[in-house]
Amino acid sequence: MNPVGFLVDPFSYGFMQRGLVATLLIGVVCAVMGTFVVLKGLAFIGDAVSHAAFPGLVIAYILGLPLYLGGAVAAVGTALAIGLVSRRGRLRFDTSVGVLFAGTFAFGVLLFSTINGYVGDLLGYLLGNVLGITTGDLVQVALLGAIVLAVLLATRKELLYATFDPLGAAASGLPVGGLEYLLLGLLGVTIVVSIQAVGVILVVAMLVTPAATAQLLVVRFERLMVLAAALAMVAALSGLYLSFYVNVASGASIVLVETLFFGLALLFGPRTGLLSRRLGRSGIAPPGAA
Amino acid sequence: MSLAVRPGSLLAVIGPNGAGKSTLLKLIANLLQPETGSISVLGAAPGVEARSIAYLPQAEAVDWDFPVTVGEVAMMGRYARLGFGRRPGPVDRERVAAALETVGMAGAIDRQIGALSGGQRRRVFLARAIAAEPELYLLDEPVTGVDARTQEELMDVLEAEARSGKTVIASTHDLICAAQRFHQAAFINGRVIATGPAEIVLDQALLSETYGGHVLVLPGDGGRLVLDDAHHHDEASGGERHYHDESRG
Repeated sequence: MNPVGFLVDPFSYGFMQRGLVATLLIGVVCAVMGTFVVLKGLAFIGDAVSHAAFPGLVIAYILGLPLYLGGAVAAVGTALAIGLVSRRGRLRFDTSVGVLFAGTFAFGVLLFSTINGYVGDLLGYLLGNVLGITTGDLVQVALLGAIVLAVLLATRKELLYATFDPLGAAASGLPVGGLEYLLLGLLGVTIVVSIQAVGVILVVAMLVTPAATAQLLVVRFERLMVLAAALAMVAALSGLYLSFYVNVASGASIVLVETLFFGLALLFGPRTGLLSRRLGRSGIAPPGAA
Repeated sequence: MSLAVRPGSLLAVIGPNGAGKSTLLKLIANLLQPETGSISVLGAAPGVEARSIAYLPQAEAVDWDFPVTVGEVAMMGRYARLGFGRRPGPVDRERVAAALETVGMAGAIDRQIGALSGGQRRRVFLARAIAAEPELYLLDEPVTGVDARTQEELMDVLEAEARSGKTVIASTHDLICAAQRFHQAAFINGRVIATGPAEIVLDQALLSETYGGHVLVLPGDGGRLVLDDAHHHDEASGGERHYHDESRG
């Protein structure tokens, strides 16, 4: 097989084309959202919200409603509830989130176990199956993803200030509390959009890994966002090839490629590279250090 | 409690840890709501004139590993004026450049904030405050933990701001600095113990009333060296304190 054919052939199939468009979109939305998730330390909340979306999906399935709707209500509701708990709660924040997270997921599993017969769609949401995405789903992903991106980009300077120095931002008159709820709400929407691609369990990787990788490589906020999005797109494409040629799960492949990038950045990155630091100590110039 | 500040002056807020210095500044900045009593800031309720206020948190309240440059941090001072969805323009960049120049950090505009020393970070935060063009500066321990030269230069900048009619309220542990560089001082410890011209900072009776005896007064040439023995006080107790109307200042 010639190299061009190797790269082009997979996308002669409609399901691969839809899968590619969906993973690229989801990858970019997750990476941009993920920049704030990483800087604000919301990784655990992201994981909690994605698990909490599961009972919403199951309930929607049982009632015959659109699955997206059920997932969105559960995810956004949980995200905002977490925001409320963090402001009013008396327990340690991660404790409250841990309780909420396991409880809602258990409720989803319990409902899931009561369903008799075919549950193929729901299993797809649990583990993700982007190659099964329909054109209708793709339109929803594109629409919701565009809304999340537009709002994040329009409010990025305020979100940046409120994340970096919440007290200074609030004193200057920025609605820091409102911005936090906005961010959590958008996090909920992002997660629902992404669940179909990588599933409830792996969404957190799409959110955290590209931004975390970029953070090892650059120190400017806007570059961080752009690099995270670029890494997510390369991972999406590589993951799909892997899935096509090796015949393995697409969501897991994408996440593993992202994780590989993170590992490489950790080892060779100019800022925190474990290897480059070791080389630097022994007198050899670290690769890419400037 | 009652405490009034003259416009165009530098007010030092003095008191042991847990006395409520940070709480007082946060009440004025509308970051906390008073349980009783009322506060008037620039002629209105707290928060109304937020754009005319620049608040500097204590250094520990900020994540210094954050991926922002010196220029970006200073530009944050312009954000509230700019409003949502608007990007900084030439005027904003001019103000930021001038503010960084004022604090002596113009050469570091592209450096990451975390790569700077503690004193340089404080300079950049002061530049952010100046870029906001406030009427009122609220500074939570602006000179704590910085070297003597930085302290002098930061105070020079604040003095110039006060001369141009701005009001500065700063909490500090440095009694010498308060006495020498500020115009007014307020002793607080859960309540206002005394307010007056900055010289009252060196009044031994007021000092022992404010600090409850945890103060060491040493004779020196031409003046007295006063050490604030802050470590004996509980750092955590300053959070939610409420003020009674029992001031005599």
